[in-house]
Amino acid sequence: MSYTTYKKIASVTVGVTSQLSLDFTNIPATYTDLLLLASTRDDRGADFTAMTLQFNDATTNFSWRSLIGNGTSAASYNGTNTTIFDGNNATNSTTSTFSSVYIYIPNYAGSTNKSFYVDAVSENNATLAWTNLLAGLWSNTAAITKVSLLLSGTIKFVQHSSATLYGIRKS
Amino acid sequence: MPATYEPIGAIKVLGSAVSNITFSSIPTNYTDLILVCNIYPNTNSSNMRMTYNSDSGSNYSVTYLGGNGSTPESGRASNQTSMDMAYLGSNTWGNVIIQIQNYSNATTSKTAISRSNGSSVLTALYVGLWRSNAAINSITLTSSQGSNIAVDSTFSLYGIKAA
Repeated sequence: MSYTTYKKIASVTVGVTSQLSLDFTNIPATYTDLLLLASTRDDRGADFTAMTLQFNDATTNFSWRSLIGNGTSAASYNGTNTTIFDGNNATNSTTSTFSSVYIYIPNYAGSTNKSFYVDAVSENNATLAWTNLLAGLWSNTAAITKVSLLLSGTIKFVQHSSATLYGIRKS
Repeated sequence: MPATYEPIGAIKVLGSAVSNITFSSIPTNYTDLILVCNIYPNTNSSNMRMTYNSDSGSNYSVTYLGGNGSTPESGRASNQTSMDMAYLGSNTWGNVIIQIQNYSNATTSKTAISRSNGSSVLTALYVGLWRSNAAINSITLTSSQGSNIAVDSTFSLYGIKAA
């Protein structure tokens, strides 16, 4: 097999100017699945911040269930409209420590509703850190052409945060 | 750069719903396998059950950790005739990513890790064991609880090579 199955579509790295979001736009429909890998930290004055995942700038018709561990206990949550997962490393967490985010979106360009998977973890040299598993559904049949990671309000991703979007082909 | 993530096969359900799908004649020249599924159970919420090499003996066991939206849960089952590798909601798209390590060796039992993503019922990790030393040459996924796998469901199998 000569062609590349797992191909980088684009990457974003935050420079000295912090950013409100990490966006991938004009995503081609030529792959089977998408994989987004991100390493992120933000400027909120707290240990951690919740992160939001959006497709095509939509803020409705999302639904999800998550399983969360914080180093002390486990919990499970569900939600609608926006997809939110806890635990992005923020200002008060251990210096130079970034969260890791894995998002898999099968059949992103198809004409069915879009299911997706999020695995997000953070570390901290303290009692509290987060591990998240999340199953999500965007009840929309449009092809996904834009994927965004956002925080809340004026909170921004800081320098050295990065994200890479890969396209994965089937045979 | 050598290709380490290669497509082996793909299945899309066409025409009418099916109870199971099978990848057969899987080559042995990879290190690991990854199976990516986008599934729509058409009647009831359904466990997706996996078997290898058409083995229906009581040679499988499973452990899982999941969250149903309000409570974390864990369970396991031994001496099963298949491995539950996902639990997906009825009439809802869900996805499953299964990694099968060292699938082609002929000297050890085979383990697999599944990330099961049913947004209306459960997000979960499953670990499955097949107590056989045989190389895996076929994989079958079967829907349960009276549900079939609906049209447009897709399954992609990839081979991962060690460097």
